[in-house]
Amino acid sequence: MSTNEKHDKHAHWRGRAESAEADRTSAEDDDAESIKELRSQSRRLLGWMIRPHKKAIAFLCGILLVQNFTSMATPLLVMFGIDNAIPAISERGDYSVLIGIGITFAVVSVLKYVCVRLYVAQSAKVGNAMLFALRGRVFRKFQALSVSFHERFTSGRVTARQSSDMESIREMTENGVDDLVLAALNVVTITVVMLVIDARLAAVALLTFPLMLMLGRWFNRVSTLAYRRARETVALLIVYFVESMGGVRAVQAYRREERDKELFAGLNTDNRFAQAAGHQQNAFMSGGMRGIGHLATVVVLLFGGWQVMQGNTELGVLAAFLLYMKRFFDPLNELVQFYNVLQSATSALEKISGVLDEPIEVAEPEEPRSIASPRGELRFDNVRFQYRDDQVVLPGLDLRIPGGQTMALVGATGAGKTTIAKLVSRFYDPKSGTVSLDGVDLRDLAEADLRGNIVMITQENFLFNGTIAENIELGLPGSTRERIVEAAKVVGAHEFIEALPEGYDTHVRKRGGRLSAGQRQLVVFARAFLADPRVLILDEATSSLDIPSERLVQRALRTILADRTAIIIAHRLSTVEIADRVLVLEHGRIIEDGHPSELIDHGGEYATLHRQWEDSLV
Amino acid sequence: MGSERLKTPEDSDSDTPPPRQTALTNLWRIKKYLHPYRYRLGLLWTMVLLNIVSGLAIPPLVGRAIDGPITDGDMRGLAVIVAVIAALGAADAILNLARRYMQTTTAMSIEADMRAGLYEHLQVLHTGFHDRWQTGQLLARVTSDLGMIRRFFAGGLVFAITSVGMIVLIMAQLLFIDWRLALIVATSAVPLFLIGRGFFRNYLPMARAEQDQSGEVSSAAEEAALGIRAIKALGRGPLMAARFEKEAAELRDRGIRKSLVASRSWSGYDAIATAAIGAVLVLGSIMVAEGQLSVGDLTAFIMLQLALLWPIEASGWVMAHGNEAMTAADRVYEVFDTEPAIKDRPGATAVDRGAVRGELVFEDVRFGFEDDSRDILRGVDLTVRPGETVAIAGKTGSGKTTLVSLPSRLNDPTGGRILLDGVDIRDLRLKNLRSVVTTAFEEATLFSMSVRENLALGRPDADRHDLEEALRVAQAEFVYDLPYGLDTRIGEQGLSLSGGQRQRLALARAVVVKPAVLVLDDPLSALDVHTEELVERALAQVLRDTTALVVVHRPSTVALADRVALLHEGRIAAFGKHSELMSTSPEYVDVLSAESEEVAA
Repeated sequence: MSTNEKHDKHAHWRGRAESAEADRTSAEDDDAESIKELRSQSRRLLGWMIRPHKKAIAFLCGILLVQNFTSMATPLLVMFGIDNAIPAISERGDYSVLIGIGITFAVVSVLKYVCVRLYVAQSAKVGNAMLFALRGRVFRKFQALSVSFHERFTSGRVTARQSSDMESIREMTENGVDDLVLAALNVVTITVVMLVIDARLAAVALLTFPLMLMLGRWFNRVSTLAYRRARETVALLIVYFVESMGGVRAVQAYRREERDKELFAGLNTDNRFAQAAGHQQNAFMSGGMRGIGHLATVVVLLFGGWQVMQGNTELGVLAAFLLYMKRFFDPLNELVQFYNVLQSATSALEKISGVLDEPIEVAEPEEPRSIASPRGELRFDNVRFQYRDDQVVLPGLDLRIPGGQTMALVGATGAGKTTIAKLVSRFYDPKSGTVSLDGVDLRDLAEADLRGNIVMITQENFLFNGTIAENIELGLPGSTRERIVEAAKVVGAHEFIEALPEGYDTHVRKRGGRLSAGQRQLVVFARAFLADPRVLILDEATSSLDIPSERLVQRALRTILADRTAIIIAHRLSTVEIADRVLVLEHGRIIEDGHPSELIDHGGEYATLHRQWEDSLV
Repeated sequence: MGSERLKTPEDSDSDTPPPRQTALTNLWRIKKYLHPYRYRLGLLWTMVLLNIVSGLAIPPLVGRAIDGPITDGDMRGLAVIVAVIAALGAADAILNLARRYMQTTTAMSIEADMRAGLYEHLQVLHTGFHDRWQTGQLLARVTSDLGMIRRFFAGGLVFAITSVGMIVLIMAQLLFIDWRLALIVATSAVPLFLIGRGFFRNYLPMARAEQDQSGEVSSAAEEAALGIRAIKALGRGPLMAARFEKEAAELRDRGIRKSLVASRSWSGYDAIATAAIGAVLVLGSIMVAEGQLSVGDLTAFIMLQLALLWPIEASGWVMAHGNEAMTAADRVYEVFDTEPAIKDRPGATAVDRGAVRGELVFEDVRFGFEDDSRDILRGVDLTVRPGETVAIAGKTGSGKTTLVSLPSRLNDPTGGRILLDGVDIRDLRLKNLRSVVTTAFEEATLFSMSVRENLALGRPDADRHDLEEALRVAQAEFVYDLPYGLDTRIGEQGLSLSGGQRQRLALARAVVVKPAVLVLDDPLSALDVHTEELVERALAQVLRDTTALVVVHRPSTVALADRVALLHEGRIAAFGKHSELMSTSPEYVDVLSAESEEVAA
C-alpha cells in the first residue's frame, strides 16, 4: 500500500492548501540534516525536563541499586542456607545460623517492600511533575505564537500535541524506566562476571554483541521513521475528529454521515498502518534478539564443549557460564518491548520540540515601553501588509486617528478593513512601516499595556466553556457580580440573561451552544465593555443582532465611545452613523475620508452605499 | 473555566446511561469487536503457547549436552545436540517474530474498528449531546482510552494468562514435591488476595479520575487554541495559562495519587513473595534436619519458588493495566450506551423528493431545554403553503433559531407536532427527511476541505452546473478567484475567508441541495447591503417554487417572504404580509422597523 497514493486520494477532498508548509513546524521536515537536528533538539528538551529533578532521579537510581542488590541476594541466601544451616542443625543442633538466615530474609523482604514502595511513589512524582512542566511550557508557547501561526497550525494539532503526544511520553515515564536501568545494571554485572569466570568463553559469547548492535541500529533507523509517521497520522486523525465533532450539526443537517465516515475511516486506516509499522518492526527486533541469544548459546556450547574436551575448561565453569548467559539475554528480550515505548515517546518529544522551536512572528518587545496616561491616538505610517506574497492588502497606509475619535471603516470584501483592525490589535505586524499608539510603536509596547489599552471584538463571538457571568468577567478578571451585571445592562443583554433558568450562572455549553448567535454577540459585547479599554475595535460586532438589540447597543455605544478611540467595521450603516469619521477603502487605499454627513453631501462612494442602505430599510 | 459544569462523566442527566454494575462488564462487551478476528486470535494463542514451549525446550537440551556428549568427550554427539538446539532456537525466534507481528497487527485492527464504531455512533448522537460533551473528553475516548484497551489486550492480558499458567504449573510441581511446604506457599496467597482486592477497590476510581482529568486537559488545550483570537484580543493569555495549569496540576496530582495506591500494593506483592521463600527455607531446613525431607527436594522446591517470583511481582503491574482498560472501557461505553435522541421511529416511511408538495405545518409546537422549566416555544401554530416563503421575525432570544432547527429534526419538539404534507415528520425516515428539508445556519460551518467538497456537502452527486448555479445565487463567485479555484482548501486548515464570504458559501451549499423545503437562519446577516440585494434577487428565483422558512432580522430580508410570522413569547403573535403587520402589530413594528427612526434621531 503506497502512502503516496493514499495522500493523493486525500488531497482530492482536502483540496489544495496554499503552501505545502501550511500546517507544519520544523518537526515535519524529513531530510537527514533536520532529522539529526530534531533528535538533538528533543534530547535537549528531555534534558530540560530532567534537570530540575536531578537529585530525585539520583535517589531513584540509588533505590534501584538497593533493589537490584536484594534481588541478587535472594538466591545466594538460599544457597548459603542450604549449605550451612542444615548441617549446623543436623550435626550440632545449632539453630543460630537458621535464625540468622530467617532474620536476614525478613530484612531483605522489608527492604524490598520499602524499595518498591519508594520507587513507585517517587518515580510517579517525578514523571508527573516533568509532564506538568512540559504541558505548561507547551501551552504558554502556543499562546505566545501569533494568530497567523494558529491559522495554519489548527486547533486539532494543538490538541494532538497536548493529548496523544503527551500520552506517549507519559507511557514512557510510567512503564519500564526501572526495567531499563535494572537491565543495564544486569548487562554490566553479568558481562563482568562472565569475563572473570572464563575470558576466552566470554570473548566468544561477546562475538554476538556486534550483531545485537546492528539489529538495534537497524530498528532505531527504521522505527524512527515509522513512529514519526505514526505521530503524524494520529495528529491528522485528531484534527479531523475535532473539526467534524465541532461541526456535527452541519454533518447531520446535510446528511454527510456516510461521506464523513468514509473519510474518517481513511485516516483511521492510515493511522492503523502507521502505528502497526513500528510495532511490526519491533516484532522483527524481538525475534532477532531471541535468535541472537540462541546463537550465542549454540556458539558457546560448541566452543566451550570443545574446550572442555580439550581439558582447557572445567565442566562446571561451562555450566555456570551458560546459566549466566540466559540471565543476560532474558531481560534484554523484555527490554525490546520497552524500546517501542521509547521510540514512540522520542517521536512525540520531537514533535513537541518542533513547536517549542517555532519562531514567534509577533514577539513581545525585549525592552517594553509603557504609556503612563494613554490618550488613545493611533497612527499608521506608510504601513504595508500582505498575507501572501502575491497579494498586497495594504500598499502603504498613512492614517492618524486622534484620541477619542470614533472612526468607521467602509469598503468591499478584501478592501483591507479587517486587516487594519488586526494590525491595531497586533494580531499581525506590518511588513514595513509602523503602527503606533500615542507615538509608541506597537512592537515596543509592553504586552499588558497593549492589551489593556486596545481591545477588539472579533467576528467570531467566541464563548468559553463556563457560565455567562464567567464569560463576561473575562473582560476584567476579578470583577464583582455588580459590575458584570452592569456591563450586561449597558449593552442590553441583561434582560435575556435574567430569563435563562439560572440567570448569570447559566452554563453556555460548548462554544455557547445554549445561546443564539445574537445572544452570544451581546455577551461578547458586555465582555468588551467591562474591559474598558482606551481603544475599542468592533469588527462586524453587531451583524447578528436584531433591530431592537442593535438599537440598544447603539445607544450604549454613544455613551461608551464618547471618550475613547474606536474603529468600527460594519456593513450596516446604522452602526456607522454614530462615527465621527468614515473612511472608505478600496484595495487598501483610502478613497474617501470625512464626517458621514459630509460624505453623503459629497456624493461619492459612501453616498451611494448610504442610499442603498436607506432603500433597504423600507 | 468552570469545566466541572460542562459535561464531565460524573454528572447524571439524561445523556448518561445508568452506571454499570461491575467494572468488568464493559470490558467484556468488547468481545463484539474481537469476534471478526476469532480465528486469527485462536491462531495467535496457539502461537503464544507454542512459543512458551519452544522457549522452555532449549534449557533441558543444554543440560543434556553438558551431562552427555561434553562429559563423555563425544564431539559428534555434541554437534548433533547443538544442531537440534540451533534448529529449535531458529524456530523459537521465528515463532516469536510471527506471534508478535500478528499480535500487534490484530490489536491495531481491533482498535481501529472500535474507533470507527465509536465515531459512527458519535455522528448520529443528537446536537444536545454534543453541546454538552467537551470535544477533549470525546477525543480522549477515541484515542487514549482505546489505546489503553488495545495495550491491555496485546500486552497485559497475554502476560496475565502466561503468568497464571506458570503459577498453576509451578504450584502443581510444588504440591508434588512436598504438600506441607506447598501449603505455606498457598497461605501466602491469602495476603496477596487481600492486597489485590484492596487494589481493585482503590485503584479503579483513581484510574478513572485520572482519565477523566486527562480529557479535561485536552479540552482546555483545544479551547485555548480555538479561541486564540478572543484570548489575544483581550490579552488573557496569562489567565488562560493559569487556568490550564490548574487543570494540568489536577491531572498531575491524580496521577500521583493513583501511583501511591499502586506503590502500596506492588511493594506488598514483592515483599510477600520474598518472605514466602524465607519461610520455606527456614521450615524446610528444619524438616530436612529432622529427616522429613531431602536436601535435593528442598533445593528443587525453592528453585521453583524463585521462578514464581516474577509472575507474582508482575501481577501488580498487570492488574493496573487491567484496571485502566476496564475504566477506559467504561468511558467508551458511556458514549456507546447513549441512545441517539433523534432517530427513526419504528415503521418510519420513506419520502420521495419528487412527490413532496412541501406543505409545512406546525401544530401546537412546544420546545424547552431540559434544564429549563419554562418552554422557549409555547404552542406554535403555523402553516407554510407549498412553495410559499415565510419569514420568522422576533426579538433576540425569542426562539427563532430553535424553531427553525425543528423541521429537519436537529431538535425534536417537546410537545405538539410538525407535519410535512400532512405526515408527522417523525414518521419519515430521518435521512430522507433531511434530503427534503435543508437547513442553513447563520454561522457557517466550513470544513477543512476543498471548496467543492464543502459545497457538495448535502449532495455529493451535484455536477458542475449545479455548483455554478448555486454560487451565482449566493453571489459566491469569488471562489473562482481563489488560488486553486474550487480545489482550494478552505476552513480551519485552509484559506481563511471573511464572515460574509463564509455565509455566502453556506447559502450556496443549501441551494445546491435543491430541497423541497429550505430553512434559512438569518442567511444574509454578514453581507453588505449591495451584496445582500444581489443575493436576494437571485434567491427569489430559487424560492419561487420552494417552500421556505427564513429567519430575518432586517426589513430588507423580509422582502424575500410572501408572509411574515412574528414570534413573541413562544407563540406566533402575528402572521401576515409585511405591509399588513406594519400597520396592525405594534410589536412587529418594534422588531423590524424602528431602525430608521433611530438613524434619523
